[in-house]
Amino acid sequence: MTISPSGPALQSRFGAAVTRVVESCGDTIAYVSRDRAHEILAWLRDDPGQHFNYLTDVTAVEYRDAERPLEVVYQLRSLDRKADLRVKIELAKREPLEVDSVCDLWKGANWLEREAFDMFGVRFRGHPDLRRILMWETYAEGYPLRKDFPLRGHFSRAEQTRQALAANPEAHYSLEELSIAETFHELPAEMRERLAKGERGKVG
Amino acid sequence: MSTRTVEATLSTTGVDAEGNPIGIPLTVRSGDEEHMLINLGPQHPATHGVLRLVIELEGETVVRVIPHIGYLHSGFEKLGEYRHYNQIVPLTDRTDYLSPMANNVALALAAEKLMGIEITERCRVLRVIACEMSRIISHLVWLGTTGIDMGAYTPFLWLFQQRELIYDLQEAWTGARLTTSLTRVGGLMADIPDGWEDGLREFCRAFPKVLREVDTMFTRNGIWIGRNQGVGTISAEEAINYSLSGPMLRASGVDYDVRKDRPYLGYETYDFDVPVGEHGDNYDRYLVRMEEMFQSNRIMEQALARLKPGPINVDNPRVILPPKSRAMSDMEAMIFHFKQVMEGVRAPVGEAYMGIENPKGELGYYFVSDGTAKPVRWRIRPPSFLNLASLPRLCEGVLLSDVIAINASVDIVMGEIDR
Repeated sequence: MTISPSGPALQSRFGAAVTRVVESCGDTIAYVSRDRAHEILAWLRDDPGQHFNYLTDVTAVEYRDAERPLEVVYQLRSLDRKADLRVKIELAKREPLEVDSVCDLWKGANWLEREAFDMFGVRFRGHPDLRRILMWETYAEGYPLRKDFPLRGHFSRAEQTRQALAANPEAHYSLEELSIAETFHELPAEMRERLAKGERGKVG
Repeated sequence: MSTRTVEATLSTTGVDAEGNPIGIPLTVRSGDEEHMLINLGPQHPATHGVLRLVIELEGETVVRVIPHIGYLHSGFEKLGEYRHYNQIVPLTDRTDYLSPMANNVALALAAEKLMGIEITERCRVLRVIACEMSRIISHLVWLGTTGIDMGAYTPFLWLFQQRELIYDLQEAWTGARLTTSLTRVGGLMADIPDGWEDGLREFCRAFPKVLREVDTMFTRNGIWIGRNQGVGTISAEEAINYSLSGPMLRASGVDYDVRKDRPYLGYETYDFDVPVGEHGDNYDRYLVRMEEMFQSNRIMEQALARLKPGPINVDNPRVILPPKSRAMSDMEAMIFHFKQVMEGVRAPVGEAYMGIENPKGELGYYFVSDGTAKPVRWRIRPPSFLNLASLPRLCEGVLLSDVIAINASVDIVMGEIDR
């Protein structure tokens, strides 16, 4: 198996921002720097020679080796060229887990990035609506797919059950749903503080 | 965030017994108009599972839809990191539970890509049959339940009768109707029983007739056309931008089918057509899925014709479990049996993404391995998760009753969305 021509093309255009290009099981993987990732992904989408117009997947990978950086993985595809490319950003654990959102390039990234945030705690700068998606909003145990998260969770089963029942998400409408973000600052300070902590008004 | 101001009695300092703020009204004021918030689901028959939609209405027109998912979250991806590759197969049954056999096949293909295993010819043909059977039952459920959402009950019964026939075949092959766990890395859990082909051949012969009857019930039906044509439209460009896949993508006019464009299991050698829509509305999605069932039937007929006797598993005792009879009588077979059950199949260091054309769209499994028998990361690329993400866009400005029709046309299955 050979490396896709997109790999060398990236290296010649972006130089050191593409740290390395490797091949695994026939797939080409390009590691790019966090700071220029958005620019590189936009180029891959728009350059006529590349034209990776379809974002197959966004996810993250954490290795069992705690020293290894966490990776944010973009699975790209060019529908007309029938070519694939995997782009990875490595995030060192001691730095904040933050990358630029690609929601402005692909709308499909919206929920995928929300899921990566929900499961790994990776923050996507510039995401229009970065909320938890599979876990409920007040979920307090952390990020389930991180390796330091035990299979059964951090809390006891009894505590998990209690919190899950107390969450009762259907009885509550979030701030966004009520569109009160604009009037938020007019609320009394004490109420603002409690809403910011994740409390929600009950439907009355 | 919109600049609309909202009248909320939150500004009271009133709290209930538990100390939560109380008294948020369900109507919101936007300029001169009053908007209403409707909560649909999670327990609602038209949400096809446990999906909750919060819908903001102006009169009867939808201003926006906010989907809430996660009610069926089971942590499959996390569980997969604690299991051998073969032990993950049962988890895939439970993701898209309307097409379990196709999920099993996808998982085996991903693991085989990671380990560099070439499967046998008979196994490939049987897996193609499994995938196409799954496509038919999934589309049958979709069409039947969508019909009910639009008030048509009879086709539901006809279609579920056909689905029952495939379920009988599935049961005869795997022993289970739903939790099939058909595949193993490098092969299959079991070969088809004697006489099974005749049952499938009979199904392939009779099925198009029923499908044509359903076609006469729907395709030119005034109510069906009125509820579906021009509703939930999305252009080809947007469909790509939203990462839609499967019938959702093709109904918008994008000719992309993983079976044709990145062939696996020898799909390039089968003669079948990929239906592509034009308008990207509910009606085109219906037409695409309808035609896909006829095409799946064609593929199954061709697969049956080329099904030759032969081994179903690769000849590699490190990958394939020896038969129980040999494990009980032959020392070497017993050792391999023990090693595999206790240690699992080891994968080399590396990673592999394998996408297949599932009934709902492109199902992708992404494995990252560090050389042990359990994956470091098992990622499911769920097609209906991404298709559902376009629902707020599809529902902009439609009537409330159209939300039900659009949601039905997306063909979601919550087991896969929430995983």
